Amino acid sequence: MGDPMRIRATESGGVVDVKVLMKHDMESGQRKDAAGKTIPAWHINMVTAKVKDKDVFNAQFGPAVSKDPFLNFKFKGAAKGDKIVVKWTDNKGDTRTDEATIS
Amino acid sequence: MDHSPNPKRREALRLMAVIGLMASTGLISPAQAADWNKLAFEGKNMDEVLKALGGGTGSNAADRSGSVTLNAPDIAENGAVVPVGVATSLNAQEIAILVEKNPNALAAHFTVPAGTDPFVATRVKMGQTSNVHALVKADGKWFIATKEVKVTLGGCGG
Repeated sequence: MGDPMRIRATESGGVVDVKVLMKHDMESGQRKDAAGKTIPAWHINMVTAKVKDKDVFNAQFGPAVSKDPFLNFKFKGAAKGDKIVVKWTDNKGDTRTDEATIS
Repeated sequence: MDHSPNPKRREALRLMAVIGLMASTGLISPAQAADWNKLAFEGKNMDEVLKALGGGTGSNAADRSGSVTLNAPDIAENGAVVPVGVATSLNAQEIAILVEKNPNALAAHFTVPAGTDPFVATRVKMGQTSNVHALVKADGKWFIATKEVKVTLGGCGG
């Protein structure tokens, strides 16, 4: 279980703007440690965002997404006060789910 | 005494069996059951990635005429954090961000459900100066926009 995400969702004119900052090292699998051994890749690979149990955004990440991934997307069909639930899964099977209220 | 050598593994197997059953009985659609697209993320170049994503290659490759906007800096001082945004006026179902000269070209792939704007912004790593491609799938066809981003400090090495 990783550290909490920071999620900000603001509604304006019917469009909800969502910004998510995930906390993850996103180890690329290209780097080597001091002993010259390759550090295995360890990165978030799936992200889903749901509102009222309906998918509003899905992402698949490779190791080339920056450390502590940032994601910004926009969707319609939700109102202020609705909850958005964001979940990520990494390639080791670890997951983290956080939610935020749309303001 | 626990007779199972690895209870976690057992649980994972059971979960997989349930998901497989749900998929085969139509409880969940294949799209929802879609796992991380390993093949696409292992693609070394655009053709391999596009093929893995179900697109054409060669003359059937992505169309440059579509209105896909790729927002990326001209020069990135730090290749570890390069802001990339993709927007389009097309009715996009999928968006992909590729960095041509990275060890694996595909950086991120997004599916855009109905009701969600065809827009995404994120940050990617770049090992060196390279073309960055934004791929957009709309109405079964792939469209592309490309921009070169100069990197002064790579983000992939040690």
